[in-house]
Amino acid sequence: MLMPPIIEVENLHKSFGDTHALAGVSFQVEEGSVLGLLGPNGAGKTTAVRVLATLLAPDQGVARVGGLDVKTQANAVRSIIGLTGQYAAVDEKLTGSENLRMVGRLLGMNSDQARSRAAALLERFDLTPAADRQVATYSGGMRRRVDLAVSLVGSPQVLFLDEPTTGLDPASRSELWAITRELVADGTTVLLTTQYLDEADELADRIVVIDHGEVIEEGTADELKDRTGGRSLEIEFANAAELGAAAVVLEGFAPPGGLHRNEQHQLLSLSVDSDTALAVRAIAALTDAGVSPADFRLHRPSLDDVFMALTGHGTEPVDQVNPDSIPAEPTTGNTSEAVNS
Amino acid sequence: MSDTATLSPKTVSYRRPHGLYAIYQDSRVIAWRNLIHLPRTPQLVIFTLIQPIMFVLLFTYVFGGAIGKALPPGVSYAQFLIPGIMVQTLVFGTSATAVGLADDLQNGIIDRFRSLPISRSAVLNGRILADMIRLTAVATVLVVIGYVVGFRFQGGLGLGLLMIIVAVAFGTAMCWIMTNIGMRVKDAETAQTAGFVWLFPLTFISSVFTPVYTMPAWLQVFARNNPVTLVANLLRALSVGKVLPDSTWLSMSLPVFLWIVAITAVAAPLAVNRYRQV
Repeated sequence: MLMPPIIEVENLHKSFGDTHALAGVSFQVEEGSVLGLLGPNGAGKTTAVRVLATLLAPDQGVARVGGLDVKTQANAVRSIIGLTGQYAAVDEKLTGSENLRMVGRLLGMNSDQARSRAAALLERFDLTPAADRQVATYSGGMRRRVDLAVSLVGSPQVLFLDEPTTGLDPASRSELWAITRELVADGTTVLLTTQYLDEADELADRIVVIDHGEVIEEGTADELKDRTGGRSLEIEFANAAELGAAAVVLEGFAPPGGLHRNEQHQLLSLSVDSDTALAVRAIAALTDAGVSPADFRLHRPSLDDVFMALTGHGTEPVDQVNPDSIPAEPTTGNTSEAVNS
Repeated sequence: MSDTATLSPKTVSYRRPHGLYAIYQDSRVIAWRNLIHLPRTPQLVIFTLIQPIMFVLLFTYVFGGAIGKALPPGVSYAQFLIPGIMVQTLVFGTSATAVGLADDLQNGIIDRFRSLPISRSAVLNGRILADMIRLTAVATVLVVIGYVVGFRFQGGLGLGLLMIIVAVAFGTAMCWIMTNIGMRVKDAETAQTAGFVWLFPLTFISSVFTPVYTMPAWLQVFARNNPVTLVANLLRALSVGKVLPDSTWLSMSLPVFLWIVAITAVAAPLAVNRYRQV
C-alpha cells in the first residue's frame, strides 16, 4: 500500500474582495519529498501556504496536512508543521536565544529542555556568538537563519518555506539550500514557495507552477521541461558549406518553422520535442548524405524557458536566456495569456 | 555546521499541557515575552516612568496653587491629585496595548504564534497580563512620587493597596478596549493615534485634575457620569480612608465595579473573536 500524501490540497478557493488569490488549486505532496510551489508575485503561493499553515481559512475546498484537516483539526496540524518565510517572523526585541526558548516553552518544553534545544539550534545555525543579542541587530542572513531555527524547535514533520531566500545574498542562499537538503535527508517534508526558478530546480522533487490562483503545470523539473516541448537537436558544423548542405537534408525532417540556422555559431537547431527517434533519424540522414557534424546534442529548455512559456510572458529567444540573468521577479510582464494545460 | 542530529526528528520528549493549565502556561510565556519588551523599548519606559513623574510635578507646582483654592478646606492638592492622576496615567498607559498589538500584527509575530499549537486566547491574555504588571508598576511609581509631594495613605496601607488594585483593575479593563483598537487598525502608527486621542476628553472631562463643579453645567453631566470620575473619586476615598457610612462606600464602589465588569465583558470577547479572524 502506498502511503497517503502528507499534504493534500483539493480545489482550494480563497478570495479577498474581488481578487481570487486561489481559484481552485489542487496538489499533493508525498512524505519526505520537496514540493516547489513556483509562481510570480501575487500568484497565490503565499495564500496557499497560509491556508496550509492554518493561518487562513479557505472559502472552499479541502486542505489536509498529515491527514488532518486544516480547518477542523487546526491545532493538531500546528503541532506537526513549521513555518518560515516572509510572513511568519521572529521577535526583533528578543535575542535569538529568547526567541527559540519562547517557542520551546510554548510547545510544552520545560525551561531546561527549551534552553538546551535553543542552544543546539543556535550552534547548528552558527548563531551561538549572536545568541544573546537582540534579533534587531542581526544581518539579513542571520535573521533568516534564526527564523528557520525557530520553526524547527518542535522538529516538525512538515516544513513550509515561504520564499525563504528572497532578498538573501548568494552565500546565505546556498547555505539555506544546504540546510533544506539536510532536513529532507532526515525525513522532513518541505513545501517551498519561490519565484526563483533555479531554486525550485535545485531543491524540489516536484514542481507545481501556479499563476493567478490556478495550477498551470505540474511535474518534476525534467517533466515540465519535456512537457512544454521545445527539446531540440543542436548540430554543430565545421564550416558554412557543411551547414548549408545539412540544412537542405534536414528540411525534410523539420516541422514547419522547426529548423533554425545559426550562421554565427555554425549551428543547426531542429525541434524534436519529445520525439527522440526523430533526432536519431536526422543524424542518420546526415551521415547517409555524407555530411558529418562536428558535434551534436539534445538541448532541453531551462526551467526559465518553461516558466515563460507557461505564463506567457518573456519573449526573449530561448537560446539567449541564461538562468543567472533571470530577474528576481519574473512577474512584471502581462500574464493574462497564461496557458492552461 | 555539521551536527545533523539537531535537525532530525524529536529527541526530547515533552507534552503540551491541557485545558486551563495550558492557557495559563501559554499566557505566562507570552507575558514574559511582552515584559522583556519594556526595558528594550525606550518609548515605553518614558510612558511608564517619566511621564507620570512629570505630570505630578507639573500639576502640583504649576496648577496646584490655583486649583487647590477650589478644594474643600483641609484637602491638599497633592492628596486630591495623586488618585486622579493615577487613573489618568493608567488610562493613558493602556494605549501602549493597542500599539504593541498592532506592531505584532504588522511584524508577523502573531502569525508565528498562530502557527503554533497554543491556546487561542494566550496571545491576548499574555499581553493583558503583562500590561497589568506594567500598570501596577506605574501605580507604584505614582505613589512614591506622591509621597514626595505630600500625598499620604491616610487610611492606612490596606486601603492604599486596595486603591492600587482598583486603579489597575480599571486600567486592565481599558486594555481590553485597546486590544480591539490594536487589531482593527492597519499599523502601529495608526494605533498610536486611534488609541490615544479619545483618552484626552475621557480623562480631562472628569474630576481627575479639577473638581467637577467648576465646569460649565452641560459639561458636568458628562464629567459626573464619566467612569474616570467615578474611579478617581473612589480612589480618593480609599486614600483618605475616612470612616464613611457603608451605603456611601457601596454607592461609590458599585458603579466602578460594574463599569470594570461591563467593559471587560464586552471588550474581551470581541477581542478574542477578532483575534481569530486576523
